[in-house]
Amino acid sequence: MLIPHPLLGPRDAQEFTYLGDARLIDRPDGMAEGAGAAFHDYLYLRDNPAGPHRELWYHEHGDRSWLVVTRDTTTHEILGAELVKGPGR
Amino acid sequence: MKRIDGGLIDRGQILTFTFDGRNYIGHGGDTLASALLANGVQLMGRSFKYHRPRGVLTAGSEEPNALVELRSGARQEPNTRATVAELYDGLEARSQNRWPSLAVDALAVNDLAAPLLTAGFYYKTFMWPKAFWEKLYEPMIRRAAGLGALSMAPDPDGYDRGFLHADLLVIGGGAAGLAAALTAGRSGARVVLADEDFRLGGRMLAESQLLDGQPASDWVAQAEADLRRMDNVRILPRTTVFGVYDHGIHGAVERVGDHLADPGPVRQRLWRITAKRTVLAAGAMERPIAFADNDRPGIMLAGAMRAYLNRWAVAPEGRVAIFTCCDDGHRTALDLVARGVKVFAVIDSRAEAPRFGDYNVMRGAVVTGTQGRRALRTIEVTQSDGTSTWLECSALGVAGGWNPTLHLTGHHRSRPVWDATIAAFVPGQGGPAGLAAAGAAAGRGGCAAAMADGARVAGEALAALGMSVTGADLPATEDPPQAIAPLWHVPGKRRAWVDQQNDVTVKDIRLAHQENMVSVEHLKRWTTLGMATDQGKTANVTALAVMAELTGKSIPETGTTTYRPPFTPVSMGVLGSGDTGPGFRPRRLPPTHRWAEREGAVFVEVGPWMRAQYFPRAGETHWRQSVDREALAVRRDVGLCDVTTLGKIDVQGADAGAFLDRIYSNAMASLKVGRVRYGLMLREDGILYDDGTCARLAEDHYVVTTTTANAGPVFRNMEFARQALFPDMDVQLVSTTDAWAQIAVAGPKSRALLERIVDGFDLSSDAFPFMACAPLTVAGGLRARLFRISFSGELAYELAVPARYGGAVMARLMELGADLGVTPYGTEALAVLRIEKGHAAGAELNGQTTAAMLGLGRMVSVKKDAIGAVMSRRPGMAGDTRRLVGLRPVDAEERVVSGAHLFTEGAVRSMDTDEGWITSACYSPHLQTMIGLGFLKDGADRMDEVIVAANPLEGSEVRLKVVSAHFVDPEGDRPRD
Repeated sequence: MLIPHPLLGPRDAQEFTYLGDARLIDRPDGMAEGAGAAFHDYLYLRDNPAGPHRELWYHEHGDRSWLVVTRDTTTHEILGAELVKGPGR
Repeated sequence: MKRIDGGLIDRGQILTFTFDGRNYIGHGGDTLASALLANGVQLMGRSFKYHRPRGVLTAGSEEPNALVELRSGARQEPNTRATVAELYDGLEARSQNRWPSLAVDALAVNDLAAPLLTAGFYYKTFMWPKAFWEKLYEPMIRRAAGLGALSMAPDPDGYDRGFLHADLLVIGGGAAGLAAALTAGRSGARVVLADEDFRLGGRMLAESQLLDGQPASDWVAQAEADLRRMDNVRILPRTTVFGVYDHGIHGAVERVGDHLADPGPVRQRLWRITAKRTVLAAGAMERPIAFADNDRPGIMLAGAMRAYLNRWAVAPEGRVAIFTCCDDGHRTALDLVARGVKVFAVIDSRAEAPRFGDYNVMRGAVVTGTQGRRALRTIEVTQSDGTSTWLECSALGVAGGWNPTLHLTGHHRSRPVWDATIAAFVPGQGGPAGLAAAGAAAGRGGCAAAMADGARVAGEALAALGMSVTGADLPATEDPPQAIAPLWHVPGKRRAWVDQQNDVTVKDIRLAHQENMVSVEHLKRWTTLGMATDQGKTANVTALAVMAELTGKSIPETGTTTYRPPFTPVSMGVLGSGDTGPGFRPRRLPPTHRWAEREGAVFVEVGPWMRAQYFPRAGETHWRQSVDREALAVRRDVGLCDVTTLGKIDVQGADAGAFLDRIYSNAMASLKVGRVRYGLMLREDGILYDDGTCARLAEDHYVVTTTTANAGPVFRNMEFARQALFPDMDVQLVSTTDAWAQIAVAGPKSRALLERIVDGFDLSSDAFPFMACAPLTVAGGLRARLFRISFSGELAYELAVPARYGGAVMARLMELGADLGVTPYGTEALAVLRIEKGHAAGAELNGQTTAAMLGLGRMVSVKKDAIGAVMSRRPGMAGDTRRLVGLRPVDAEERVVSGAHLFTEGAVRSMDTDEGWITSACYSPHLQTMIGLGFLKDGADRMDEVIVAANPLEGSEVRLKVVSAHFVDPEGDRPRD
């Protein structure tokens, strides 16, 4: 696969390490009320869509960027890739 | 068969070769198959199940029968198709799956037992007793139904790997492929043209069709010369594109040296070709017609017969006939007649069959039987009125029509679709993005049609890339008629082979259907049709058609099986591409490696690192002697150990402390400059992840160490936290593991030794206490960092210097400490020292343990949010009462083995009564007994209790006393000395 790195252009998937669902970005506040339940959902509940999936890829053999890649799980088509640390984050 | 004039072989080149020990002669341009046929050898193998004598069926990579073993010794290579093995001088080949010889094969009795050996025979017969399967049935079946044998010796050849990028990849160098490559080449596109043959031209080389009034090989040579002149075109002959992967990535194998007696430095090369667009111009494969006993040597595909005649100048002898259901069979008859070979009959199943030349046509007739054990002797022809006649026949060409070679189009999700006009499957929608089939592979065969199609498809591909297209000049030629009325099988009582490689007949398909194997996928698995080296290239479509007939469905309704990579067999060697032995993965050497080699160290692999395990000295004959000596020297004097492999992460920024508070379960923001703190990292689920030290060099500058194994993953996770979880923090990370050499200087005399190398730095405990750190210079100005930390439990330091000085500083310390008894120690002594001290390592942080289990529960702060903190407090995890304890054998001579499980004395050994396990064990030279660390239920409250460690693997049990994990200096005074 080729990942369209937003800074470096198309890069071979072998340069990346895969993590999983991009919702891992939305880590709950550990000091908040009900943090236990929030962390349970955060850690263990995942959608497994047949279709577009936002997921985390790390350019480990590259510039160390964490990317959010939108990939169609049924075709492997890459619909987009952005830095996890983008504007607005 | 015999050699005749002409053909595309180099008669000036005389090549000698052997087959089953006999000497033969062939020529340059021959394949093993063409050379054997030219020498009158027809019998080339035995079938898989029935051990039936088999000759060559095809002239290409789809060959099911003529599988041979090539070469000898370590290079012995099984299951090679004789039809694609390029002849070289000195080639050795042997037939397979026969004993004692190819002509007389003892297991041919299987053929007589055929009524028993039907589809599903193994499943039904070898069911029980169950215990017989592994010991008796499977070895027996494997011996009987085998293909070639491996040499079992290491492969002596070199394999290479390469990467190519192209605007257009053209797969196949026949009519469509050459037209596509010429079009794209002239248009200025970057083109890769890959062809599995050793000579470009594809089917054009096998035909007598003229291009611009000239032999096709002349035009092919001209086209190749034109392409070679273009800098933007790369031609890869002998290269099979075996798979299409995502986003235009293709796998291909180039057989660089397979055709040479000495394959040279590179035997095969694995290419990873990334192309923006791909033209699949792989041509088509002829399919046989299934009729009774259609597998005898002497029966081959009519197109193959034509290829041997035109390209390799090998003509059939004796009485020659063609059995066909299409015009293409007549083409073979015409070519044979033109070369002076008499064709006594073209048996055409069509009532209105044409006649194009000087040969006899039997219209509406079919072949209903054959005879001849090792070679074809007679055939039975049955006319439309039902009358049958046995006719002498020594060579029969069979023409069942052509199947587009569309395999690669199905490597993603696409299924082929049925085209009734050519009675074949053609590529369907939804194939690999950017890939388009052209020519015969798309069902648009015939030389002229394929050329026009190749040029068109290439032009469309370039236009889609926004490139302007310059057309190629294509030669004038006229394709012969291609009418077909498909005939899949001739009904009859005798066996009619569909898949010759796996000995699957029409009967077997019928049986599978009767036994309710409704889906094609079931048919395949039940009968093994379409499996093994040829993957049913000549069988699959015919089998589907027979299945369709049995089910009363249409062929498209019946469906096809899934095409998967590789297209043809790929050797494991080339997939590894040299990643064997020391090249299996990159090897990392610590900065003191050369020094350690000079010291005579024995090395051990620790992940990718090569670390010194111990340093044997004169007179030491067992590793334990060396390790005991090294460990005792550290406790008595001073020892040196390279600990560079521990991960080092430089953390800088205004929010560095706040960031590390999130990463570590314990507080780090409160750490004072110039101090070091031990830290725990958790996984977000609360399990212990990694431990190490964290040193604060400045307000905004920390250095974190990790375990050797987790250096990469911890850095990755910290980057994730920095970029994704806490993006607003002002903090930057860089891995400095390779930048700094780090040497542990451990033992009561470590301060005395270091005083001799530091540049005026006060090492007294007042100025530089336990857990202090500082930048300084050593050895007269060398930049360094010093950390007063201890893994051994002794007074100890770790000295870091720029990596390139690591070896020199180690040597200097050895020199300066000679009178102090300085001793280098390796990873074994390091482990002994830390077990004696009760320090956790990888065996304790194994992904199942918590901070509380290490007795470090209080290190998980409740005053701040850190990764894993919340989940570490959940019920179940927080309630785990297993604690790290020390274990000593009651009988000092007994062995303590890590992995053993712990039980209360007298308890039944079961999962329910299991109270923990031993994580680490070693011989302690300090205590002169074996000792262990382990997790024990309520361990903290069971000091001095005697428990049992059970080791069911060895059937042993040892009584152990529970003690503190700190076998040495439990008060922790020594490192503070």
